[in-house]
Amino acid sequence: MAEQTQSYAPGTHPDMPPPSSEVGVYGWARHNLFSSPVNAFLTFFAAYLVYLAIPPILDWVFFDGIWSGDTRAACFNEDDTRKGGGCWPFIFVWFKQIMYGRYPDEELWRINITYWIFGGGILWLLLPQTPFKKWVALFLLIPFPVICFYLFVGGSFGLVAVDTPLWGGLFLTLVIAVTGIVASLPIGIILALGRRSNMPVVRAVCVAFIELWRGVPLITVLFMASVMFPLFMPEGVNFDKLLRALIGVGLFSAAYMAEVVRGGLQAIPKGQFEGAEALGLNFPKMMFFIVMPQALKLVIPGIVNTFIGLFKDTTLVLIIGLFDFLGMAQLSTTNPDWLGFAVEGFVFCAAVFWVFCFSMSQYSQHLERKLHTGH
Amino acid sequence: MSDEAGVSEDDLKHPTKEMTVSEDVMIEMNGVHKWYGSFHVLKDINLTVNKGERIVVCGPSGSGKSTLIRCINRLEEHQQGQIIVVEQELTNDLKKIEEVRREVGMVFQHFNLFPHLTVLQNLVLAPIWVRNIGKDEAEETAMKFLERVRIPEQANKFPGQLSGGQQQRVAIARSLCMNPKVMLFDEPTSALDPEMIKEVLDTMVQLAEEGMTMICVTHEMGFAKTVANRVIFMDGGEIIEENEPHEFFDNPQHDRTKLFLSQILAH
Repeated sequence: MAEQTQSYAPGTHPDMPPPSSEVGVYGWARHNLFSSPVNAFLTFFAAYLVYLAIPPILDWVFFDGIWSGDTRAACFNEDDTRKGGGCWPFIFVWFKQIMYGRYPDEELWRINITYWIFGGGILWLLLPQTPFKKWVALFLLIPFPVICFYLFVGGSFGLVAVDTPLWGGLFLTLVIAVTGIVASLPIGIILALGRRSNMPVVRAVCVAFIELWRGVPLITVLFMASVMFPLFMPEGVNFDKLLRALIGVGLFSAAYMAEVVRGGLQAIPKGQFEGAEALGLNFPKMMFFIVMPQALKLVIPGIVNTFIGLFKDTTLVLIIGLFDFLGMAQLSTTNPDWLGFAVEGFVFCAAVFWVFCFSMSQYSQHLERKLHTGH
Repeated sequence: MSDEAGVSEDDLKHPTKEMTVSEDVMIEMNGVHKWYGSFHVLKDINLTVNKGERIVVCGPSGSGKSTLIRCINRLEEHQQGQIIVVEQELTNDLKKIEEVRREVGMVFQHFNLFPHLTVLQNLVLAPIWVRNIGKDEAEETAMKFLERVRIPEQANKFPGQLSGGQQQRVAIARSLCMNPKVMLFDEPTSALDPEMIKEVLDTMVQLAEEGMTMICVTHEMGFAKTVANRVIFMDGGEIIEENEPHEFFDNPQHDRTKLFLSQILAH
């Protein structure tokens, strides 16, 4: 209260900086952490919880953790007690299986190429000033999956065939998740439009599809696809188990996506449809240029949420005998040589899943910021 | 009732007869009825609009005036009667509906601009994708119309960055880019602040002076007096009275018209 309040003639008051207690770190802390007695108490309480939780975790993972060695012995003292801290040689030794499953070592380069291309493509799309973004996106959506298919499966172009039961680890998780994600959005959009259609048959079919696939747990879908489906097939017709799982996961996810998209469509004011129709735009053009861009942008949180859920749901393929990332980690812990390291396995899995899911979440927020056009 | 149409009153009494409409008749409505469920919202509408005419439709809320003009570009469907717009009869035939919508422009009370596109993109979307005009030509036309409505500097802004009056002028320009033969206005100034009403009305007056056929649902009686050839009063879904502006305002015939005029002209 020590500032001089000088008076100025109307229209001549100069722009002045705000008082020092309002700006900078001090100002931020005052407003956000200590604005009231309750908030101040909560700040201290939260700091205390952090103090209780974070240092022991850091100790276990980093400071007391064992980071060198390649046999089980590296993690034990002479008297056969476990050394404190996480035993990371377990992960190092099993790394290849956890990443690739039982894919032959000599053929791993095929998977790695696709990782590089995919990573490069995503980076290209994310960097702000790169040209030809549309072409890169189109490439990733259409030719790239075909290339991946031939690279992974092999059997043509001089590549050794690798049967799908050998696929596993993070590679398998990514195959299932990416296929599910890429399939669920277009199919979901079509189902959402169908559910809102005025044609009774189309609407009935879409409603039935959505309610059926949403009504059963993914685990039963996978079980049905893997065990029941072959019973209905004639003798000798053999559908690849991974393919069945992919179809099941894709359709399941599409049903969820349909409802998310439908929520977005419902939020578009009727005036947008009318404005488009009054200009002479037919249904496909109206949807493509006017309604869908707005609707999908509105439900980016819901869409990415569904993607993240799908990514983690892929771990259920374990029940049909496919060993994805979590499955391989779990399998490694049952190896007789390496019993007792389940914690390390699951912590590693959790960390990697978190990295992927958090990246998707951050990208979604980036998209929302970029597409924010001020309305 | 004055009738400047080229169609005789005799023809209007036989709505089911196949009409040979002259090129001069833009819109023909014969015995049109519409229901929302069991609510009878348009009752026996008979209306002819010739090329170059400016019609103002007024009436209390709920009288069906918006429904009337929305039937003209098939944003609403009529259940009985005939509507013929620029020589196409409006039925469930999608091709005819699209044909009509290309030739009829509409300006809405709430603008209905596309918020995710810039002003320029709003204007060129339909010419490029409906009339198949090339991008450069469409942009040239768009800038020309933006200059006509006096906001060429806003071309690369988004609608959300403009004031209400500017948005409505963009909406008018957007409809004009499609080169329509008829312009429909559904209470274009009702959602605007008083300062902005004038700029939109000026644009509409200029449009009228250039010979555009217009049907305007509005409460702006000053505009009706300046520009309209005919004023139509609707109430309860019927056309109660129809006259040229001076007669309409000075000599209202029906009681309901008199009541309405006393209410809106009082303040």
